[in-house]
Amino acid sequence: MQHSLTHARYISKFGFSQLWGSINYLLKNMNVKNNKNSIIRLFNVSKRFGGKLALKDISLDIGQGEFIFISGPSGAGKSTLLKILYLAEKASEGQILIDGMNLARISSSKLPFLRRRFGMIFQDFKLIPARTVYENVALVLEAAGEKPSFIRKKVVQVLRTTGMEKKLKALPPTLSGGEQQRVAVARAVVGEPSIILADEPTGSLDSSSAQTTLDLLMEYHKKGATILIASHNLHLVESNIRGRNIEISDGMIQRTATML
Amino acid sequence: MIHFVKKALADIRSNRFLNFITIITISLSILIVSVFLLFFENTSRMIESWNQGGRVMIYLKNDFTLDMLPDLKKKINAMGETEVMIYIPKSYALERLKKTMSSQSTFLKTLKDNPLPDAMDIRMKSNNSFEKIQKFAQSIKAIEIVEDVEYGQSWLGRFLKIFNLFKITGYAMCSLFFLIALFITANTVRLAFYSRQLEVEIMRLVGATETFIKAPFYVEGLLQGFFGGIIGLATLLISYLMIAPGVTQNIASYIYFDIRFLSVQMILLIIFGSTFLGWFGCYLSLKQLLK
Repeated sequence: MQHSLTHARYISKFGFSQLWGSINYLLKNMNVKNNKNSIIRLFNVSKRFGGKLALKDISLDIGQGEFIFISGPSGAGKSTLLKILYLAEKASEGQILIDGMNLARISSSKLPFLRRRFGMIFQDFKLIPARTVYENVALVLEAAGEKPSFIRKKVVQVLRTTGMEKKLKALPPTLSGGEQQRVAVARAVVGEPSIILADEPTGSLDSSSAQTTLDLLMEYHKKGATILIASHNLHLVESNIRGRNIEISDGMIQRTATML
Repeated sequence: MIHFVKKALADIRSNRFLNFITIITISLSILIVSVFLLFFENTSRMIESWNQGGRVMIYLKNDFTLDMLPDLKKKINAMGETEVMIYIPKSYALERLKKTMSSQSTFLKTLKDNPLPDAMDIRMKSNNSFEKIQKFAQSIKAIEIVEDVEYGQSWLGRFLKIFNLFKITGYAMCSLFFLIALFITANTVRLAFYSRQLEVEIMRLVGATETFIKAPFYVEGLLQGFFGGIIGLATLLISYLMIAPGVTQNIASYIYFDIRFLSVQMILLIIFGSTFLGWFGCYLSLKQLLK
């Protein structure tokens, strides 16, 4: 009901040219509700930075195991949308549910436990320069309080799947951009999170490395992870999308499309 | 815990210069504080040894006769502070003076009358404070036959005043150096935090708890404090071993007194104090930085 109202508002705002997209969205949402458990739900979420609205009245329902591309030009609000999901920013209005948890009610002491449900990948990799590849990946499991023997086994295993097992002791600055992003992917998946958020993961990579990174994410998607990729690279989105593309512009959802 | 210690040691290694400066600053502060403590411990022991069985010399009036002695002893004993009491007749005192001043004995031989008074040498019971000795001496002086009472009132009183003044200055200096060390430790942690801001941000993103993030900083602070304390005390010990024998020899001609190093309890207290200092500096910084 909430979604129908939101979309009635959405249609009135953008006219009949967007009608087909909205019907598609509603059908898609119904499909999600009927066939999959929702893992991320946004209800009329807005985010304001000072006087500027970065996100306007966003409502979204993402099912478990979905592969989502959030596309749109730079400054459209893609990164802000991801940031409010892992609570790097707080929504100014609206409600967000992650796996049934209301983000507005999460205390700062519970925040780390929420973040362990996410694997995060960034354009600038966000690897600790003074720590080796192994240490960067192991950090996730150490923070979760896993046993050292388990950490050793798991980290080596994940780095093998990302093709970085031979560079365990290398420091990030000595690696290429593609290699650093593979380490970042390894770090994102080592804790076996249910959701992977990637903010412009291919933004600073050449086309070959970008494809490798996306292939790795596809692999983890097949294993059941819900993947959200924010990217302004339309070519990359069109050539790779296997799920839903949510197009954002001026902080609003302009269009959703499902590709099979 | 082992993980945090390893992490802190790795951080100390990667920020060697900064940590070296902090540890040296803490050790210098600890050294200065320890020098004061060493001085106070030894001076207190010296004063205590003087106070133990404080001595009071009573000079009697010229009209004193031996038959008055039992009554005088009775009155002094009634005051309840006397351990040993020896009567020194003036003739004996003169003989002793002649022996001591053998070079001037010719002059002493020319004396027609004995100018010295009869005297009583009293050793008081142990653990007497200066005030107690003073009070005891005043009670004795009130006895009619007593001419004068000597207990080193002028120099001992003055010495105690100077010692107390020195003690207060010492405490102030110790507090000042403690604050300086605290300030420097807090700033080192702050600098270390700024240099690892990206690391802290990433830790938060991957779901690390605040305890997990803060623990290595605290361990680092504790290690800095601990090693600073050990180095400060080691420097003091080396200096003590080099200087103390010479000082003891020099003062031996005036008083017999051996300068001792700090007691085990004091050493442990200093190490605990410096470790706490490292922790507290870290706490103050992180409280501001990781709100």
